[in-house]
Amino acid sequence: MYELSLIALITPLIVGLLAGFVGSRINKSFTHWMTTLGIFISFAISCWILIEIFLNPGLLLNQNIYEWMSIAGFNFKAGILVDNLTASMMVVVTFISLMVHIYSIGYMRDDPGYHRFFCYISLFTFAMLLLVISNNLLQLFFGWEGVGLMSYLLIGFWYKKESAIKANFKAFIINRVGDMGLILGIAVIFSVIGSLDYQMIFDSSTELVNTKITIINDYSVSGITLACLLLFIGAMGKSAQMPLHVWLPDSMEGPTPISALIHAATMVTAGVYMVARMSPLFELSSMALSVVLIVGATTAICSGLLGIVQFDIKRIIAYSTISQLGYMIVAAGVSAYSASIFHLMTHAFFKSLLFLAAGSVIIALHHEQDIRKMGGLRQYMPITYIAALIGSLSLIGFPGFAGFFSKDALIEAVAHSSNLGSEFAYYCVLIGVVITALYTFRFLFVVFHGDSRYKGDNQIKESSWVILIPLILLSIPSIIIAWPTLGILVFGDFFSNSIQQMSSYELFGYKYQSPLNFLIHAFSGPVIYLSLIGIITAWVCYIKMPHFPEKISNKFAIIYKVLVNKYYFDYFYEKVVAKNTTKLGLVFWNFGDIKIIDDFLVNGTAIRIQKLSTISKKLQSGYIYHYALMMVIGLSLFLAWIIIN
Amino acid sequence: MLTLQPYLTLAAIVFGIGVMGIIINRKNIIILLMCTELLLLAVNFNFIAFSYFNQDITGQIFVFFILTVAAAEAAIGLAILVVLYRNKNSIDVQKLQTLRE
Repeated sequence: MYELSLIALITPLIVGLLAGFVGSRINKSFTHWMTTLGIFISFAISCWILIEIFLNPGLLLNQNIYEWMSIAGFNFKAGILVDNLTASMMVVVTFISLMVHIYSIGYMRDDPGYHRFFCYISLFTFAMLLLVISNNLLQLFFGWEGVGLMSYLLIGFWYKKESAIKANFKAFIINRVGDMGLILGIAVIFSVIGSLDYQMIFDSSTELVNTKITIINDYSVSGITLACLLLFIGAMGKSAQMPLHVWLPDSMEGPTPISALIHAATMVTAGVYMVARMSPLFELSSMALSVVLIVGATTAICSGLLGIVQFDIKRIIAYSTISQLGYMIVAAGVSAYSASIFHLMTHAFFKSLLFLAAGSVIIALHHEQDIRKMGGLRQYMPITYIAALIGSLSLIGFPGFAGFFSKDALIEAVAHSSNLGSEFAYYCVLIGVVITALYTFRFLFVVFHGDSRYKGDNQIKESSWVILIPLILLSIPSIIIAWPTLGILVFGDFFSNSIQQMSSYELFGYKYQSPLNFLIHAFSGPVIYLSLIGIITAWVCYIKMPHFPEKISNKFAIIYKVLVNKYYFDYFYEKVVAKNTTKLGLVFWNFGDIKIIDDFLVNGTAIRIQKLSTISKKLQSGYIYHYALMMVIGLSLFLAWIIIN
Repeated sequence: MLTLQPYLTLAAIVFGIGVMGIIINRKNIIILLMCTELLLLAVNFNFIAFSYFNQDITGQIFVFFILTVAAAEAAIGLAILVVLYRNKNSIDVQKLQTLRE
């Protein structure tokens, strides 16, 4: 299994590099066939590993590949850890990546950066696999930065578009804030435990609990809380939690397959994965869990509200992604890590499905993204419509769909939790359900129903098969994936060797029998009715009375303005944070760089040497006899010195 | 029987003349070359004197080598001087200042 997981890890790297360096010299079909085949190999091996793990409970691979460096007795190793969590993540990542590869063959067909694109997404897949497969924090950090880099490159894929460059810059900088938290968290763990290996960290986590770390004078905090909070800041950056969420909507400047793969299904879930992976640590700090819970709940509700007022088809789904990430984080906050990871997986399927369906619409309308200019597309693009409908139903948690089971299990856990802040979180996620249904069906109704408002040629065609096949393949798991897996993943002990959490009964307060039983049980809870309210509201607002939303927004102009301006987060960052940072930078630049380094150190040295040399230059007359005299004098002095000594 | 002292004194005087010739002379490069020869001669003188008084033949063998090298050097020096004269139309030491910058 060691060799297999290595092959699964390395293949995307090799095909990515080949596509980048060799592909453009051969041709397009070489590039896409090779990368798709490489990802397929990776996917097949991941499936094989998952099946093997499933058939042999307790099977675990934790092996160091080689020692990277050894400093003062500390060993840094590169290694792989394949357990149930990693294997499941690998299957999800490679499956979505495979779908996106196939989809991109159609979507990027006429793009001049075709080879570059395939190179980037293959390398992204490699970095993501490296992140989930690592057995220590350092390698996780490496993969973490790798996916960040690829995300940066892909947001700015159309590098001639100014907005794309701004967006990728923004994403990069905001991720730096999060990454600083992550690396500080790793540093705290390393300074207390002296190792970065997961197993070592979990074995000696009591040391972290017993260590007090002084922050200011008398105020000290236990090492575990500090480490978890710092790690969570990293997760906030990557998983776009408030207030570090602002980069994700802007990242929609990249090509749509990227939004599906990176900014919905895989990379942004890295934070959730990391929290789940570090569950033995988070379990020890109730304060950190409460922070996680509250941040997640706030994000879930606030970003959902923003989705209602957006008009860009991709941004609606982007805000929905942030909101769903909030749900996952909430689940982690109430210690239901398995529910969190389960929602991550179902979300990966239905959200990438939604994004790819949106991409199909965008490409059919020649890169039109404003939903006000769409409408009535149902009749022109039936397959895309059905795919979007399935994705939406799964997203809002329509009974029986994958999203329903994951979200309902998650809310069940929140309802049953007694952590500090869980009541607040419970109401947030319940309101979030209404909002989710509202913005999702607003998107669906405005784009696919009603009258056509597209002012182009009226020959809107269904997209080609290479685009539709991934949609169909993603629709299937979006509907049924939860039926066979719910009992094992969420209520069973499938993750028991990678995630530490209480037994399912203690967590959910519900005795699991079968998916059907769970479905029936859900009808006694409020979630289904709330999402129904959302759908009806959307139907009333956007089909029955299309002028109604305008009236509401006029009535509550202030709230509407706040929402349209995204709670002024961007405004605040741009006008306060960025402006003052720029000012500070200017001070450093003008004083530190120009005055001290340039004028004093660099140019100053040169000027001083020049002045000195104008004096010493006079010795250099050019007459041979002067030199001879100097030589004689020098020699005499030298001789005299020897004789005297 | 003479002692070592007068020989060394003579060599020192010749050496001094050579050095002063190089330093003081401002006109002619040929004189420079001649002064160099004087320096070598003074050194040879010392070699012979020490060789004789220490009963060691090595010093005198060395003198032969130095004389040979001095002859070759004089030939090369004069050749350079001829070329220099052709280029500059002068062998005035004070005009040779191109080392300066």
